[in-house]
Amino acid sequence: MTTELKKEAVGMGSEKKRSLASMFRFDVKTYTMILALVSIWIIFTMATNGDFLTSRNLSNLFRQMSITGILSIGMVFIIIAGHIDLSVGSLMGLLGGITAVLNVWLKIDGILAIGITLVLGLLIGIFNGWLIAYKKIPAFIVTLGGMLVFRGILVGMTKGTTVASLDPSIRFVGNAYLVDGIGIFLGIIAVTFLVYNSLSSRKLHSQYGLTVPSMSVEIAKIAFAAAVIGLLIIILNSYQGVPVPVLILAIMAVAFSYVLTKTVFGRRVYAIGGNAEAAKLSGINVTKMTLSIFAINGLLVSIAGILLCSRLNAASVAAGQNAEMDAIAACVIGGASLMGGIGSVGGAIVGALVMASLDNGMSMLNIETFWQFIVKGSILVLAVWVDIATKNKR
Amino acid sequence: MDDLILEMKRIIKEFSGVRALNNVSFAVKRGEIHALCGENGAGKSTLMKILSGVYPHGSYQGDIVFNQEKMMIRNIADAQKAGIAIIHQELALFKELPVYENIFIGNEISSHGRIHIPAMLSKTQELLKEMRLDVNPYTLVKQLGTGQQQLIEIAKALSKNATLLILDEPTASLSEGEVEILMDILGRLKVKGVTCIYISHKLDEVLRLADTVTVIRDGRSIGSKVTHTLTKDEIVEMMVGREITDLYPKEVHRTEQEVFAVKNYTVYDVSDPNRKLVDNVNFSLKRGEILGFAGLVGAGRTDLVSSIYGFHNGKCHGEVYLEGNQLSIQHPNDSLQQGIAMVPEDRKRHGIIEIMSVRENMTLATIEKYRLTMDCIDDCQELRDANDYIAKLKIKTPGLDTCIKNLSGGNQQKVVLAKYLLRKLKVLILDEPTRGIDVGAKYEIYNLMNRLAADGIGIIMISSDLPEVLGMSDRILVMNEGRIKGEFLNHKNLDQEQIMHCAVGGATA
Repeated sequence: MTTELKKEAVGMGSEKKRSLASMFRFDVKTYTMILALVSIWIIFTMATNGDFLTSRNLSNLFRQMSITGILSIGMVFIIIAGHIDLSVGSLMGLLGGITAVLNVWLKIDGILAIGITLVLGLLIGIFNGWLIAYKKIPAFIVTLGGMLVFRGILVGMTKGTTVASLDPSIRFVGNAYLVDGIGIFLGIIAVTFLVYNSLSSRKLHSQYGLTVPSMSVEIAKIAFAAAVIGLLIIILNSYQGVPVPVLILAIMAVAFSYVLTKTVFGRRVYAIGGNAEAAKLSGINVTKMTLSIFAINGLLVSIAGILLCSRLNAASVAAGQNAEMDAIAACVIGGASLMGGIGSVGGAIVGALVMASLDNGMSMLNIETFWQFIVKGSILVLAVWVDIATKNKR
Repeated sequence: MDDLILEMKRIIKEFSGVRALNNVSFAVKRGEIHALCGENGAGKSTLMKILSGVYPHGSYQGDIVFNQEKMMIRNIADAQKAGIAIIHQELALFKELPVYENIFIGNEISSHGRIHIPAMLSKTQELLKEMRLDVNPYTLVKQLGTGQQQLIEIAKALSKNATLLILDEPTASLSEGEVEILMDILGRLKVKGVTCIYISHKLDEVLRLADTVTVIRDGRSIGSKVTHTLTKDEIVEMMVGREITDLYPKEVHRTEQEVFAVKNYTVYDVSDPNRKLVDNVNFSLKRGEILGFAGLVGAGRTDLVSSIYGFHNGKCHGEVYLEGNQLSIQHPNDSLQQGIAMVPEDRKRHGIIEIMSVRENMTLATIEKYRLTMDCIDDCQELRDANDYIAKLKIKTPGLDTCIKNLSGGNQQKVVLAKYLLRKLKVLILDEPTRGIDVGAKYEIYNLMNRLAADGIGIIMISSDLPEVLGMSDRILVMNEGRIKGEFLNHKNLDQEQIMHCAVGGATA
């Protein structure tokens, strides 16, 4: 370690050597992940004779991934803070069940039922967070308990039956599509924001001598991202439009990515995951932060729960089973470290897309469920191994 | 010709194209204590890592001759088999395991796969006796003090029949009393024929203990000299390549205006609420004053200040006054809001967040200052401030977004200081501010302390380095077993013996 500084100091001279890598700000994790996603898509496209890449299937794929995606946004906050939540699958099932019971059995208006569910999700998140942050019970234990308790409540509440046929207002959330115009409009906003954001941060970074890629690379990157957004909107529009769950996911992803990377709150999430004691000595209220993070997670789980029961048009006792594992896997595939302090919303979303693609592609190929488990499990371990192997090399 | 136990010849080691060691040659005589000195980053640790097998044969150029035999050390086990044992600065003991299991870990005495506990126990007792350590072999290591743990590490090395013992900064976290014990043991090991390589920044110890000193600077060997012809200044000169005339640039800025006072302060142990770590302590601090806290490790100094700062989890009571107003501090944030900051003792555990960048570490305690609408961070202002402080404190870093763990200890410490200096401070608590950092960085930190004192900040400095306490403090408080045992105004006639006498519990004059 003591030789490190000299190395760095001299390293400044050998800038040229690294320039190719740093030109693209080569984040190995991000690129291997995207590479993995693309290869999975190519394999499925070939295996299905191109059916995988039809706009109908892609539209379905994105709609399917939105639930795991929303869960993994909440999960990535928790993982970055150095905790874990095993209860999100059961909780999602329970909250979806509550929406259904309120709406179907108690005849409560759809919008109101959704509102109550959101508040309940937030409260349960706060309660979990309180146990973990203030009562100092490890998150693993609290949420392992929660996993059983929430599932139990769901089964008891629905008496083991399926609660079906919801209001159209609830069904809209999980099943409707936006008209083409709105999709295009949103796409334009996204691209404009992207251009503004990368150019302003570029200006600031070069002002303080931080490494910035050359202008042409920057433009290429922006053009690529804009093309991806444009293509996505075109594909979704050529089927039936942007599905509402995808819109919700996109809004959540942008909002929470902003929280994590641009705000004081986000900086503190990374800090407490990186070293909770140093964070506390720097004046950060770690207990309050932990509580807030679990509260956010609770809210996101309730959104996912509503989407799930809306899409199924019912609540069932098995809803959301193993969803916590998909969410954790998505975060990890997306580069989050279970040791805390490392991770990103974008990574988690791509991870969720990988998991959803595997589900979708294998179902199309009529591969039996047991194979799906085996493949998903292996991919998870493989992803972490690749991450560790590339890290050691650097 | 001398009987050489070890010769390292023309060692060259590169890290991704950068030479950390450039043709270093290093020879150690059998049975001597050989000190290895150099600033942080000079290449001492790299050289020792090559010797102990951390960097395997083939990853460097040059030869190692040990006991007249050319060695190709492929891994740590190879080195151990040959009789080379290294004791790292950060101890590698298993805190939850008893002493005897720690000594024999990886090297258990067994027959047919069954561990032979009685044999291990009796061998442990033998070793402990040799170390003059009055410890039950069943004691868990976490219950021992740092000094005793260090001795357990040495016992562990001896149990493997080590003939060459490498000690990397062994006294960095030891109190003066524990240092005495360690030196005594090293002296006796020398008589037994164990050769010892001793890496240390503490030149007084080096001069007292070592037979020969080798200095490394910028990856080159500067020279080896017999210690009895050397003075401290000469070693320092060899290390830094320039003459530092005064190690402690003391200036006096003390005023008579009291800024901070602590009354009847008592702190209890977290796990044993009846045990007092600090017992009824009273002291006050004036504006512009540097107040030194001397004492042995475990005297309660760190417990006192971290409890005042709001970082102690156990029970505590007492009164704390800032500029005459009584404070109620529950959390470090309360202290920071009032203008009290603490630079913690354990940099790696409490000071820095290793996976974050220099900038993020630096602005962590002031991040609220940069809050715009919607909780957004004002990037521009944050970068400007971080840039300012990198220049102000002369922090050597390739950039603002460099990961802090790539900086040397001294520069990491400067980042931690900057983190708190970015706030407006009235009182700054420094717990072992220069531990494990090199002479140059130390000197800069001392100058910084003077500047802060000149600005009217009251500074509390805990230090186990007595020359430092004497060199920098306006006033010195000595703690022993949780109580303040003595108070000295710093003047020319005050010497280390007087303070040491007080710190070990002797009656005050």
